[in-house]
Amino acid sequence: MTREDILNDLSVRFKDDIIDVFDKSPKRVYVEIKPESIVKLVSYIFKDLGARFNIATGVDTRQHMEILYHFIIEDINLLVSLRVKLPKSKLEIDSLVSVFEAANWIEREIHEMLGINFNGHPDLRRLFLSDEWPEGVHPLRCDYKEWDKKAIRDRGV
Amino acid sequence: MSLKLKALLKSPWVFHLSTGSCNNCDIEILDCLTPRFDIERFGILLAGSIKHADVLLTTGSCNRQSVVRLKRLYEQVPKPCLVAAIGECALSRGMFIHSYNCPVPLDRIIPVDVYIPGCPPKPEAMIAGIVKLIEKVKAGQKRKKK
Amino acid sequence: MARTIVPIGPYHPLLEEPEFFTLTVEGERVVDIDVRMGYNHRGIEKLSEMKTFDQSTFVIERICGICSTSHPFAYTRAVEDIITVEVPERAKYIRTIIAEGERIHSHLLWLGLAGHFLGYNTVFMWAWKIREEILDVMEILSGNRNNYAMFKPGGVRRDIKSEDIPEVLKKIDSIVPTLEMLKKAVIDDPVLHARTKGIGILSKADAINYGALGPTSRASGVARDVRKDSPYGAYDKVEWEMIVAQNGDVFDKAVVRILETFESIKIIKHCLLNLPEGEIDLNIKNIPPGEGIGHIEAPRGETFHYVKSDGTNRPVRHKVRAPTFMNLPTFKATVVGETISDATIIMAAIDPCYCCTERMAVRNTEGKKLYNGEELVKLSQKKTEKIRQESGC
Repeated sequence: MTREDILNDLSVRFKDDIIDVFDKSPKRVYVEIKPESIVKLVSYIFKDLGARFNIATGVDTRQHMEILYHFIIEDINLLVSLRVKLPKSKLEIDSLVSVFEAANWIEREIHEMLGINFNGHPDLRRLFLSDEWPEGVHPLRCDYKEWDKKAIRDRGV
Repeated sequence: MSLKLKALLKSPWVFHLSTGSCNNCDIEILDCLTPRFDIERFGILLAGSIKHADVLLTTGSCNRQSVVRLKRLYEQVPKPCLVAAIGECALSRGMFIHSYNCPVPLDRIIPVDVYIPGCPPKPEAMIAGIVKLIEKVKAGQKRKKK
Repeated sequence: MARTIVPIGPYHPLLEEPEFFTLTVEGERVVDIDVRMGYNHRGIEKLSEMKTFDQSTFVIERICGICSTSHPFAYTRAVEDIITVEVPERAKYIRTIIAEGERIHSHLLWLGLAGHFLGYNTVFMWAWKIREEILDVMEILSGNRNNYAMFKPGGVRRDIKSEDIPEVLKKIDSIVPTLEMLKKAVIDDPVLHARTKGIGILSKADAINYGALGPTSRASGVARDVRKDSPYGAYDKVEWEMIVAQNGDVFDKAVVRILETFESIKIIKHCLLNLPEGEIDLNIKNIPPGEGIGHIEAPRGETFHYVKSDGTNRPVRHKVRAPTFMNLPTFKATVVGETISDATIIMAAIDPCYCCTERMAVRNTEGKKLYNGEELVKLSQKKTEKIRQESGC
């Protein structure tokens, strides 16, 4: 299937779930979808189109939180990024571990760095932050402030 | 104490300790053992366990999780033990000074005897640093005797 | 049978932390494995938001010392992807030369370490001795043995002088005979076959499920390489082969890496001899708002960077994903079911770069036998010695 075929097929098959398609360049496409339809769309892209899961990125824009799921369809060299916008009042989404195992660690990382909850994840423990790090403090958020009174931040000269 | 230091300086066994580094300095330390630089002919060996260490080569920018281990390991080292801070990250955290996970520099946690700058320092610089450390300790000993 | 918890130590001689994995063991067989990370986490993604686009390149280089070119390469490609622009031809060739030089030195480093864990210290010393020649080549080309600082968004920072090229080619040619000898020593040795064949098998289905990358997945039959699938740099202008093996065990992973080294030598020589004239930098002045993605093939797999800009001179969000992040979880599939003495070499076979990912640690247990890293490496070396005596070589 060519690039146009795949994009047309997606727009038709999931027309209730897709909010916007941004066709940036021959190798990059950004598709914005509703948070409820993530598992359905990802199953189709992973299993039927044979795409490879690259990684997921969590972004804290001031108005809302976004998660981008990056997939690559290697045969036609197309990188599809699914964008999901979450309101700051309700930071949760379904976990993708039921579709493939590669989502396990990245969801743990997004959970501890941004505070987004993944429903259905088998084991949402800490991944990188140390044991003494306080609960509820998420470093990658825009409003993160230094909580450690004993930190030394000047060079002493 | 001075007999042990004298013996230590003849053939110091080094132990390498990394507190959260990018591994560049660590690989350059291992490079010193390989045939081109070959510090084993001077009697400097890489010790397998911290209990055999005479000189601690520390690298890395002391992130929160490693600081706990670092303190525990430093208590286990049989004293007297010399500490060498290798690389910019061990000197003052370098570019990680504003990172949320690197709160304090190394010399606020354990006492450091010699600083070897570089990112990473070349193996020749590290060998020169260890030689300076040995000379410094010998000069310190001579002054005490007077 | 009683279960024992075995916390495993640093199988990388560079790392000194006493334990990092927790293996649950029944008798000699591993039943479960767990990792605790966080020893190398330095908050680089947050740090990148405080620096400008140019300054970020220097921070990114120091994510990892071994793959120190792959991260700036992917990052500069991500920034260039925001404005969808291609760098000049000469810059592409220079970038390819540096990237392949790094691949050779990284694979030789791995070969030495793998030899050390199996008890072949001679392989360790030989591999690192050849590696010094490659580091000399990189010093001639870029000025430093490790952190080359050659990349910037828009091109490369320094040019390659044509009077340096004959000496570089001479040095590269001088290591080929020794590499051939190492290749035969590793591929034809019967003790190594007994030690590494059939151990730690990652099936093709598992490699796809876990999203494994690089030589780890190519050894399992997944024929994917970013240099072939999404060509960048000068890779589409050189004739080279992708190395794929079928069995997915430790031996195949070693073979893939050794043969890739020869392909890298071919690519470097072709690029040096056919370097085009021209500019090396686009002189990008400012980056408009937008998002960009850059991905390249590092020695360990695909490195992926995502950069979001809002028109100022700092990135708003910079996501770094190293290949080891996807390869590490495959331990659940490869180590479980094997014996303790094989655990070290299976974990080393994916060529983990913890500084890129983060590192591991301890789970302490009460009243059970604890092995630390040195003991596990010695167990592995003893098994090799036993096999050697049994086979009578």
